[in-house]
Amino acid sequence: MKFPLSWLKAHLHTDADADTVADKLNRIGLEVEEIDNPAEKLSAFRIAKILTAAPHPQADKLQILTVDAGGELLQVVCGAPNARAAMLGVFGPAGAVVPANGMVLKVAAIRGVESNGMMCSVAELELGDDHDGIIELPDDAPVGEVYAQWAGLDDPVIDVSITPNRQDCMGVRGIARDLAAAGLGTLRPLHEVYHMDTLQPIAGDGPAPVVATHDPDGCPAFFAQAVSGVVNGASPPWMRDRLRAIGQKPISALVDITNFISIDLGRPLHVYDRAKLSGPLVARKATQGENVLALNGKTYTLDNSMTVIADDIMVHDIGGIMGGEHSGVSESTKDVLIECAYFTPEHIARTGQKLTLTSDARQRFERGVDPAFLDDGLAIATKLVLDICGGQASAIARAGSPPVAPRNISYDPDHCQRLGGIAVSAEDQRNILERLGFSVTSDWRVTPPSWRRDVEGSADLVEEVVRMVGLDNIPSTPLPRTDGVAKPTATAMQKIERKVRRTAAARGLNEAINWSFLPEKEAAAFGGGHWSLANPISEDMKVMRPSLLPGLLSAAQRNMNRGASSVRLFEIGRRYLPDSEKLTAAFVLSGDKATRDWANGRATKFNAFDAKAEIEALLSATGVAVETLMVMGEAGAHYHPGQSATLRMGPKNILAAFGALHPVTAKAFDLDGPVMAAEIFLDAIPVRKSTGFMRAAFTPPALQAVTRDFAFLVAADVASGDLVRAIKGCDKVNIVAVRLFDLFAGQGVAEGQKSLAVEVTLQPLDKSYGDEELKAISDRVITAAAKLGGVLRG
Amino acid sequence: MTDIANLQDELLAAIGAADTTEALEAVRISALGKQGSVSALLKTMGAMSPDERQIQGPVINGLRETVSNALAAKKSELENDALNARLATEQLDMTLPPTAALNGSVHPVSQVMDELAEIFADMGFAVAEGPEIEDQWHNFTALNMPETHPARAMHDTFYMQAAGEEEARLLRTHTSPVQIRTMTSQEPPIRIIAPGRVYRSDSDATHTPMFHQIEGLVIDRGIHLGHLKWTLETFLKAFFERDELTIRLRPSYFPFTEPSAEVDVSFSMENGKRILGGTGGWMELLGSGMVHPKVISACGLDPDVYQGFAFGVGVDRLAMLKYGMDDLRAFFDGDLRWLKHYGFGALDVPTLSGGVSA
Repeated sequence: MKFPLSWLKAHLHTDADADTVADKLNRIGLEVEEIDNPAEKLSAFRIAKILTAAPHPQADKLQILTVDAGGELLQVVCGAPNARAAMLGVFGPAGAVVPANGMVLKVAAIRGVESNGMMCSVAELELGDDHDGIIELPDDAPVGEVYAQWAGLDDPVIDVSITPNRQDCMGVRGIARDLAAAGLGTLRPLHEVYHMDTLQPIAGDGPAPVVATHDPDGCPAFFAQAVSGVVNGASPPWMRDRLRAIGQKPISALVDITNFISIDLGRPLHVYDRAKLSGPLVARKATQGENVLALNGKTYTLDNSMTVIADDIMVHDIGGIMGGEHSGVSESTKDVLIECAYFTPEHIARTGQKLTLTSDARQRFERGVDPAFLDDGLAIATKLVLDICGGQASAIARAGSPPVAPRNISYDPDHCQRLGGIAVSAEDQRNILERLGFSVTSDWRVTPPSWRRDVEGSADLVEEVVRMVGLDNIPSTPLPRTDGVAKPTATAMQKIERKVRRTAAARGLNEAINWSFLPEKEAAAFGGGHWSLANPISEDMKVMRPSLLPGLLSAAQRNMNRGASSVRLFEIGRRYLPDSEKLTAAFVLSGDKATRDWANGRATKFNAFDAKAEIEALLSATGVAVETLMVMGEAGAHYHPGQSATLRMGPKNILAAFGALHPVTAKAFDLDGPVMAAEIFLDAIPVRKSTGFMRAAFTPPALQAVTRDFAFLVAADVASGDLVRAIKGCDKVNIVAVRLFDLFAGQGVAEGQKSLAVEVTLQPLDKSYGDEELKAISDRVITAAAKLGGVLRG
Repeated sequence: MTDIANLQDELLAAIGAADTTEALEAVRISALGKQGSVSALLKTMGAMSPDERQIQGPVINGLRETVSNALAAKKSELENDALNARLATEQLDMTLPPTAALNGSVHPVSQVMDELAEIFADMGFAVAEGPEIEDQWHNFTALNMPETHPARAMHDTFYMQAAGEEEARLLRTHTSPVQIRTMTSQEPPIRIIAPGRVYRSDSDATHTPMFHQIEGLVIDRGIHLGHLKWTLETFLKAFFERDELTIRLRPSYFPFTEPSAEVDVSFSMENGKRILGGTGGWMELLGSGMVHPKVISACGLDPDVYQGFAFGVGVDRLAMLKYGMDDLRAFFDGDLRWLKHYGFGALDVPTLSGGVSA
């Protein structure tokens, strides 16, 4: 809602300036978005008189003017065809900034003749669209004065953001009413504002127009009055100025009157050209598929849930949203029908949503206009039409009745303290409510005024009281604090998430946050997305990601394009599956693992074991005993089939998948060279129940551990992990660690075989090992290896 | 001068002249070896009379000791010289760079969420979570936004393609559905914050279709607007670590709170940036209010018994205001240069004792 201060003051008697008004509006819940004084940017422009006008020697279309702008006479070069001697206009001196284009005026030679400023057009000062010539002022305009002051433009425009509940403030009057209740000025009676003796319906002559409502749900009340013999010329200057001040273009008297009343009183109206109507006007449901060409030039196809106003032949109005082109008023309109109806907010909202059509009328009806203001609204509209356009009013037609039944709220003044946290005496509360138009009985039954459709219950009344008292005055009250030090609140999964994040960062990975949505193709390449947006912003943001990797790969690619040589990115977020959203950690390693270096030589690339190292570190951070996990395949088609794996806790529960990215996948993301990727499915990690803080008892062994090395020849396809696991399991008393330290195939090892060497750590308990014991352990190791086809190398 | 004295001078001179360990060893052998000159003198003592030995013994032993000490001192000197000579050849250019360390980082949004969790934990709030793909009841209807509510149209909602007969799900437009999920699943007293991703169909310089919000909810007996005000003041002062920060509550409207208030924070301009606190102006920061009785009822609680407050604030915005980023879109671009500049170290864990800010 925009309005100039002068418009507000038509309703509100106050001396307050714009800043004071804005401050009060903010305090009572009407948020001021902006105050714009059009005079500020025009302060340098003055009224000037053209004394002489002579042709420019170098250019046919230019003239050389002598201008009196109140100081010494200035020479100005001007291209306007209407510039002539003795004419008064608006002059911008050197240094002034032209509002329309931000240009700073300078003293400059134009085709060889010095010019000391500019005579301005309406468009240049952003006061209208007229480009044809410079502004012409009446002869009595005071030369040398600031133009904006003289023209009455020093009138700040206040832009208020109206929340959806305050339909009553969708009109200047409602805002004035709220300000008056808050103590800023007094509200002028409405009939005075409109120069009427009383606010009585205008009793016209002749028969009332025939109107009806056959859709009492959508349009419970349809009031109308006809005026015949009107002249639809321009609206009066005061009305045009106000509409222009808020950025609305004056159109014709009849249209301007409805627009004006809509802004001034929050009361939408519609005016029909009676010559275009056939038979009675009826509010009814549209028939399925019925079309209407609306005033915005677009044709809308309606369905049978929508309320329309129609005559015998066609739809003339999408009820409460937008009128039809066919019966719209024009310059030749002679007889009009003024509609003042009540449309049900929920119906308007649904129709507007379905048609994706917004209008000033919809905004107001959707929020709910004052149901008790139909007669008054119609009276004011008819009065303005008669005053401005002349003609003869008919009797009033009233079909249906608006929902005016008052709500009754039982209120306990103590509720203000209990909910609002501030003590306000019952008497003060009563005064506040009454100033706002509520009626309050002696036993605190409160009836909201008809225009406050939003007030439904006791909590709403508390809000009315506290916003008038001022939220600033509510004392801060500490929340009760439990005894002692604050208790931990993080869940086990939240702690896991934090540990993974900080471990990854500690290991040199950079956390990114990528979009939750992907292009369909990328989702498909990573298992396919179940959830697609019906209304995506673009095709690139369409499918909820089934994996975090596409987002990371795209980010890696962007970084490579920006010249990064090494990318280690991770993300912790959700992947979106058919039945749930699963917390996932993922990373991508791309580019150089290590840059070229004076000590180590050439740059090295990442390999799958770099991914494994990270994944093990991250899983360890979550508390998983990584060495107990099974290393299995089926990491997914986006991985290199021979250089990827899953880590599982048991054969079914996959905790992580990692490896080298499939070259085809890497290429699809425009990434060169080996790219490593991994995902940890944090949801699959079993949350350990807390067993208290006590650690298992432990004393460092008194005897030193001993190591023995073994080398086995095994078939090339035997997994080294299986060998290590088998050896570890063969003597759980003595063997505490098995570490693979050499892998060799080639010369000296038969084709189809490989040599694996392990270091076995033995921990004696109460006495050192003797030769026999060592031999027995050694035999067990060799037997275990033999089960995998391993042969001890001599 | 006696012969012994002469011998001592000769030997000491020879020791002094030895410039290698080998030469020194030769001197040692010539003096203290089996055939050595000093050894020869020592042997003569056996044939001496007791009186003679009384006189000559100390002299000869003194000679041996002096020579031994001189040999040991010289040996140590030569070894030292040799070590120094070797070390002199082992010099490295200590201006050479070591292997570069990796600079991992935590995203500012994660860091700020950790900071918020820490601050609110001290006030007794737990962190709650909920789905991002929500149903319309949790996102709107239960929050007192029926289908025709004008605010519902203002939410720029992303809807999911409907599966069969089911009502289309949506991407939550705010973290407020977590309020509903919390109130329907646990008994008051409730104190939670709910951070997470939210979505609006909006994209320009200051809006991204995905961003982060944090919701706060307190439900108990006797909670009122004064508690809300205190909680927000306390949280904002702790988060921005500025005691001079002041807030202003403005009446506003949200369908799910009554009364509702928008909260402005004071700021001042320092070096062209807005710094919170001071008296340079007010900036809108968050929305809040007392949970609407209809919302409490929708969750199966009795609004005559339980009441409380809720608030919601943009996490990305909090990060921008605190740490000075000025482009929201960069948060979701994954640019390593940006992540390394604005990100946080792994060990920058917010704590109450160390401060929640990094």
